[in-house]
Amino acid sequence: METIALSADARPRLSPHFMFRWEASQDAYILLYPEGLIKLNLSAGEILKRCDGERTVAAIVADLQAAFPGHGEEIAASVRAFVDLACDKGWLRT
Amino acid sequence: MPKETGGLSLDGQGKPLWLSLELTYRCPLKCSWCNNPLDFEDYAAKELSTEEWKKVLRESRELGALQLGFTGGEPLQRPDLEELVAYADSLGFYTNLITSGIGLGEERLIALKNAGLKQIQLSLQATRADVTDALVGARAHARKLEAGRLIKAHGFPMVLNMPVFRQNIGMTGEMIEWAAGLGIEYLEFANIQYYNWALMNRDELMPTLEQVRDAEKVVQQWRDRLGKKMTIYFVIPDYYEGRPKACMNGWGAIHLTIAPDGVAMPCQEARVIPGLEFESVRDRPLAWIWHESPLFRKYRGLDWLPEPCGSCAEKEKDFGGCRCQAFLLTGDAGNTDPACSRSPRHQVVQDAVDAVARPLRFRKPLVRRAAGAMSTAFLET
Ligand code: SF4
Ligand code: SF4
Repeated sequence: METIALSADARPRLSPHFMFRWEASQDAYILLYPEGLIKLNLSAGEILKRCDGERTVAAIVADLQAAFPGHGEEIAASVRAFVDLACDKGWLRT
Repeated sequence: MPKETGGLSLDGQGKPLWLSLELTYRCPLKCSWCNNPLDFEDYAAKELSTEEWKKVLRESRELGALQLGFTGGEPLQRPDLEELVAYADSLGFYTNLITSGIGLGEERLIALKNAGLKQIQLSLQATRADVTDALVGARAHARKLEAGRLIKAHGFPMVLNMPVFRQNIGMTGEMIEWAAGLGIEYLEFANIQYYNWALMNRDELMPTLEQVRDAEKVVQQWRDRLGKKMTIYFVIPDYYEGRPKACMNGWGAIHLTIAPDGVAMPCQEARVIPGLEFESVRDRPLAWIWHESPLFRKYRGLDWLPEPCGSCAEKEKDFGGCRCQAFLLTGDAGNTDPACSRSPRHQVVQDAVDAVARPLRFRKPLVRRAAGAMSTAFLET
């Protein structure tokens, strides 16, 4: 996959027409969009929840590091990887 | 329908994630590739009431359904469409409308938006009025274009669906150009599946392999040019692929379709298969139909698969193909889909392909979906 240079002060937000919510029957966060449906794993859900167009990538990382202490580097790397993927797939816009 | 199966995860876990409601088989058009039953007229008097549809929505949501398509026939023929959309939205469905565009005026579009409709799939057969109108058997082209413009003007995401056959496959490039001009996000070239009316007209409709390859090239050039602005789906007909479709992600896996009379089906075409016991939501709880009924259990999973599928490494990928196609082309729905080159009956598909490639053939006129349930006189060409 081509990686887009993602700057730490980008403010990712959900693309228009995408619906992101908790779904009890799946016990997971899900993304719904025209003709499609994605069930998100736990960390993807936690990241996406914070992509509100207000928070920067750096702020999302800091927020998650505070919420899940002891995984500093891992969180930073997975936020970047996920936001890259989600932008590439068109779920998120920066 | 599921485009994004390679995402983070899409496992139905035995839930009917995708619900299609065929609200009615009534339709003002007469498409020769329509996949409605040949006896579609008989359903008009048996359609579920508004309250019955609401019960279907509640019960399927309880089963875990998430994506919902209102389809038909032409779903706009139902005056309670807005009410059903609003109800589905309140239950947490992502609501899609699959329409020919006939009957989609601004007033209804606004009402649908207010009801919470999320997405509209509009079908368009050609970029030229004379071609569209001849293909659908009615003066529909201008109305479809107007519907497309309105859908975009009201901020809906839109899938433009062009059913592809020999008569229009050469217009692939023009169609992309037109859709790009309108700012359409998703364009789907749907190589039609040959059931019902389409099967009756197969020899006239099926494009040659050469035409398919040319169209594929055009699509690729436009994908490169447009980048992420538009997602273009182009699926090669399985007759040419040597492998069957992973039909509906497997029988009774994630798809549930309800016919106008309340009969629940694993796919829209399942009623062509004789000998199956169909159950209506009028008579049985949907949970029982989905989980327990002999119909849904018949071809569910991989254990029932015949040879060569049973010992084939690809069975997890395609589930042995399409049951309806297996029935229509081999006489037994339990056979390997003959679109597969490993099927002992693959020759029937090969013969169809050869018939299309023969250069000088006697051409028959297309058989149009015959009307009867409603007057279409005002639209006649
Ligand atoms: S394929 Fe044509 S005739 Fe059949 S329901 Fe759709 S628009 Fe109507
Ligand atoms: S033999 Fe059966 S499982 Fe194997 S590829 Fe063909 S249809 Fe699929």
